[in-house]
Amino acid sequence: MKDFIIPDRDFGTPAAKSKQLVTLTIDGFDVTVPEGTSIMRAAAEAGISVPKLCATDSVDAFGSCRLCLVEIEGRNGTPASCTTPVAPGLKVHTQNAKLKQLRRGVMELYISDHPLDCLTCSANGDCELQDMAGAVGLRDVRYEAVQTHFKAKDNSGHINPSYIPRDDSNPYFSYDPQKCIVCSRCVRACEEVQGTFALTIEGRGFDSRVSFGAKTDTALTSDCVSCGACVAACPTATLQEKSIIEIGTPSHSVITTCAYCGVGCSFKAEMRGDELVRMTPYKHGKANRGHSCVKGRFAYGYASHKDRILSPMIRDSINDAWKEVSWDEAMAFTANRMKGIIDKHGRHSVGVITSSRCTNEEAYLVQKLTRAVFMNNNTDTCARVCHSPTGYGLGQTLGTSAGTQDFDSVEQTDVVIIIGANPTDGHPVFASRLKKRLRKGAKLIVVDPRRTDIVESPHIKAQHHLALTPGTNVAIVTALAHTIVTEGLFDEAFIRERCDWDEFQDYAEFVSQPQNSPEAVQLLTGVAAEEVRAAARLYALGGNGSIYYGLGVTEHSQGSTTVIGIANLAMMTGNIGRPGVGVNPLRGQNNVQGSCDMGSFPHELPGYRHVKGQAVRDIFEKIWGVKIDDEPGLRIPNMLDAAVEGTFKGLYCQGEDILQSDPDTKHVAAGLAAMDCVIVHDLFLNETANYAHVFLPGSTFLEKDGTFTNAERRINRVRKVMAPRNGYADWEVTQLLANAMGAGWTYTHPSQIMDEIAMTTPSFAGVNYEMLEVKGSVQWPCNEASPDGTPLMHVDGFVRGKGKFINTEYVATDEKTGPRFPLLLTTGRILSQYNVGAQTRRTSNVVWHDQDVLEIHPHDADNRGIKEGSWVRLASRAGETSLRATITDRVNPGVVYTTFHHPDTQANVITTDFSDWATNCPEYKVTAVQVAPSNGPSEWQEGYSAHAALSRRIAAAE
Amino acid sequence: MSHDGPHAKLIYMANQIAKFMESKPHDQGIEGLSSHINDFWEPRMRRQLYEVLDAGGAGLRPLVLDAAALIRRPSIAA
Repeated sequence: MKDFIIPDRDFGTPAAKSKQLVTLTIDGFDVTVPEGTSIMRAAAEAGISVPKLCATDSVDAFGSCRLCLVEIEGRNGTPASCTTPVAPGLKVHTQNAKLKQLRRGVMELYISDHPLDCLTCSANGDCELQDMAGAVGLRDVRYEAVQTHFKAKDNSGHINPSYIPRDDSNPYFSYDPQKCIVCSRCVRACEEVQGTFALTIEGRGFDSRVSFGAKTDTALTSDCVSCGACVAACPTATLQEKSIIEIGTPSHSVITTCAYCGVGCSFKAEMRGDELVRMTPYKHGKANRGHSCVKGRFAYGYASHKDRILSPMIRDSINDAWKEVSWDEAMAFTANRMKGIIDKHGRHSVGVITSSRCTNEEAYLVQKLTRAVFMNNNTDTCARVCHSPTGYGLGQTLGTSAGTQDFDSVEQTDVVIIIGANPTDGHPVFASRLKKRLRKGAKLIVVDPRRTDIVESPHIKAQHHLALTPGTNVAIVTALAHTIVTEGLFDEAFIRERCDWDEFQDYAEFVSQPQNSPEAVQLLTGVAAEEVRAAARLYALGGNGSIYYGLGVTEHSQGSTTVIGIANLAMMTGNIGRPGVGVNPLRGQNNVQGSCDMGSFPHELPGYRHVKGQAVRDIFEKIWGVKIDDEPGLRIPNMLDAAVEGTFKGLYCQGEDILQSDPDTKHVAAGLAAMDCVIVHDLFLNETANYAHVFLPGSTFLEKDGTFTNAERRINRVRKVMAPRNGYADWEVTQLLANAMGAGWTYTHPSQIMDEIAMTTPSFAGVNYEMLEVKGSVQWPCNEASPDGTPLMHVDGFVRGKGKFINTEYVATDEKTGPRFPLLLTTGRILSQYNVGAQTRRTSNVVWHDQDVLEIHPHDADNRGIKEGSWVRLASRAGETSLRATITDRVNPGVVYTTFHHPDTQANVITTDFSDWATNCPEYKVTAVQVAPSNGPSEWQEGYSAHAALSRRIAAAE
Repeated sequence: MSHDGPHAKLIYMANQIAKFMESKPHDQGIEGLSSHINDFWEPRMRRQLYEVLDAGGAGLRPLVLDAAALIRRPSIAA
């Protein structure tokens, strides 16, 4: 393990952005800093730490603790250095007799109302109050407090009304008011960093207390989203991780990358021995800039959950109990079965699914396994079911599937369009950065059938919420384009310079047709034409316009068409190629970008190069010493179809639960059941494993080295902080399997795999582990042309040359409502849970969301006699399930919504096998359903549970 | 989606692509549709599509039929 400690110095106040520099003198030293910098920060940059309590550089200065006083020659009094900006020629003194006395007096007052139990305090060794008492030389406290906040009983034995007991309601941190010095850092972090405004200061003067919302609220019942920003900001033991209380302080830390969503936050894994004490957001992480959400910060307990399988297991038939075996026996059994299938049914009868949760190096090896060992291109990844239309749509229009910006870009945007994404739940750390910009005045347009939190939350209100009928994205996007074109709001100079003007003419003619006007599509979309026009005008004329979108765009029959339409909008308004603009797909999984980059798709080798190209095949054939198939392989849905039909017999599935995450569960189950060898490589016996013959235990992101690539194309290091509990990192397991099949691979460290990637893939040519140690992270393309990586794409020209406008004809999905299925179901996620919940369900996050519920409008509920919290039966043409209902006007009448985090719900029993025309990305977001009152779980759910329990049996050791 | 007959799903998929390509000028639509199927459909799928085309192409939209000559017929050994 590499010990990688970078001290996180606290400069007291945030960095100033001005380019104007100012020189002043602090304690006799000249210091030059940007205009607007505080004296406190200027001193810190010169290496002088002014004592402080209420200041920290993650939030704006507040000036309440009066500890950071300084003297400035020629100015009266002793101003607070945190709130006083620098000015040219100032002569500042941070330490003299007067200041020392003042500070000591301030500290004396603080300490008089603070319990002196430092030795047994959970912040012992990590307490700024303790540090400051030392820094100011406090030796004596003259006051004996009569009234305190920390004694349960006052001096005469009566109950102390100012004493508030510890609030342990949040599963991950505690709030202990007796330790509080009311510095407001937590309140400001909740506002400024997270943007939730859950915390407040209640009362005045001596009665001032930090409070979670109303007096009756606890941390758990308040609006708190448990992001941990307040805990990170707290200088004392008041807001403290429970893991610190239980374990003690960490001894060392390792910088690594979160394994949840596509934001890819950098964290410090703080360790004692090989025990993980806590995860804290890394201040220098370029995606998160020191912020985190409840998942990355706290929900890592799954790594040591009792459900984790640590030994390989095999069985002859899926009806048998599992048998634990050695790695050697497991590999011999697996290789034998796979070879048998290939001998009997040919080399195209087997394939792989790479994991978007594993590292780049691991995804690369899995696709290499199928291409170089199985000798076919049957590789796919879960991006198939999420962002494959992004790959197609942006590839066609701009020339690359990549998001165009870095996350920092949001700080310079003026108008944001969010389409089919729910960032406060799905990409919370990005959402916090976005909300910060919105509070400073940027405008917001939300296109979503549901009133998500970003539409309206404290100090945020979207200018336009286009609450469209599910399935009509293309109609809305084309109507926006219609408005921009017919009202002459497009950026002609940009189009003439950067795109093909003739193609734009054709496109302009297409969108200008009357059937594409907001008025004409109003009946389809359910959105008032004037709202659409106003939104289009705002985006086209409002300054830097950026578009962020998610799976509400892609997971439709016309997902690829909508992506094309989004690119058209950005190009026609000139909103591409500079900070603050762009087209930004919000990726779901931590490494979905990376798994796509690594050649996980069946038609392309690493670096998005089609297998039909001889030149590309040559590169890999030379290094791998094999002949690569020149025909595209099977995509996940095609694999399942082929399995049912009998021509696809063996599958190696790494870190993905297709039975739970893919649509039309019954079809997936039938496909899996028809195979002769299903190899599941995962942390847990997931739902897919019910149909598996081999289970290979996986390792968590804490147990291996590698890289993840986030939604901004940023390659971040994943670092091993403990040994794999299952014995092997996942890349080693794939190598064992390949070698059991005769491959002869000899990798001894993932850095060697990255070197092979760099050697074969031009956009990664400059990437290697030594460089990542120095730079921290880098955004691809990273090569000779851009050795420091590429924060913004398409700056001087589009990757494909000229930007290409493509017509986006609206074709209604064939999934239609009718008398039997009159409602439209759409699906999504919730903050505390992640994807199919395999990880988060095995953490305390279940306190926020222990089951999936169906959101239904009061009107629809009333019609059906459905009450809040009652069981309902949800049925579609594909199947039916049961879950509890909640009644809300977040959804329009005619629309119902649920999440898919819990396997018992089986939401994908309901979804159909309709899919995107270009990529077969399933149409999760639109299913015609009926909802009716019910008594409990459906027959399918009960049958499924019984089957799952049966297929998870592990035979007792002999 | 109807699942009548073993080829119904493929016919449906080909027609879906056709509907997108139909908004382009005819020759570009033919090009777009055939290269899309050549680039993304595994030989098994193209072979099944050819079974439909060889039987007269019932159920396929006209653009698929027009583009058929440009769709690569998979080799037997594949």
